[in-house]
Amino acid sequence: MEQAEEHGHIVPYRTFVKVWLLLLFLTAVLVFVSTTYHEALSVPALLTLTPLKAGLVFFYFMHLKYERPFLKTLVFMVLGVLTLFIGLTFLDLSYR
Amino acid sequence: MSTATAHAHPVHKDYQGAKFGMWLFLFTEILLFGGLFLLYSAYRARYPFDFHNGGQHLDTFIGIANTVILLTSSLTVAVAISAIRKGNKKLTLLCLGGTIAFALLFLVNKYIEWSGEIRRGIYPNGPALLKLPDGEKIFYGLYYSMTGLHGLHVLAGIIALSITLDFVRREKITSTDFNKLENVGLYWHLVDIIWIFLLPLLYLAA
Repeated sequence: MEQAEEHGHIVPYRTFVKVWLLLLFLTAVLVFVSTTYHEALSVPALLTLTPLKAGLVFFYFMHLKYERPFLKTLVFMVLGVLTLFIGLTFLDLSYR
Repeated sequence: MSTATAHAHPVHKDYQGAKFGMWLFLFTEILLFGGLFLLYSAYRARYPFDFHNGGQHLDTFIGIANTVILLTSSLTVAVAISAIRKGNKKLTLLCLGGTIAFALLFLVNKYIEWSGEIRRGIYPNGPALLKLPDGEKIFYGLYYSMTGLHGLHVLAGIIALSITLDFVRREKITSTDFNKLENVGLYWHLVDIIWIFLLPLLYLAA
């Protein structure tokens, strides 16, 4: 079997270390912003930085960046459905 | 395949299929935790002050420490996959061992954290919990359910990672046949992603 071709490319260690450092940095920013007690800043920071961190894990650690478009589409669909359901729930909750 | 190379029991491996199957399982996991996230956000919208107060009493330091531990364990498992593909068995074993050690450390911290809460009387029907307003009761209920379910996933991960480590040691997982390691890695990264969301929801949003 053409193993190398079928399995895609090997991610260099350096890439993983860089992503890990970025994740630690984003965590530090998140903690800093949320402890400064400025709600106008901390809530948007939580809502943007957390999905960004999850995205980094999905794309690099979980190799999604190098997967076929089919799998990428499915992952986005699942996350989209979840977001949609949370959104719809809030539409309902806020007009009660 | 020629008859000379054919085995008595030919092993058919479907690499893409095996990986895709793992992703399908992960989708069900995302929706399982997604349900709890939905419940959390709906109740937070209803009891914003109680959730705020509840979060303030949690041990933020342990929450952050466990985040760093899980992020690092994700790095080691990712490196382990690249290492086995390069044929570096020693580094693979080292990284997997590291991942298991980090996972155990995570659970030790969780034990310390939960013991602290229980000593304060915060547990189902606990004296301190019963005196709290409704919103805070719900907050702690969700806190125990979400971190508990996540903790069970960490425990399952430790078992899966240990079996994988043994497979690498016995060369059942090699540079050309590494799908089992990759799938365990995918699972472990998802456990990490769920914690990435639990940190701000429970510990930082106070």
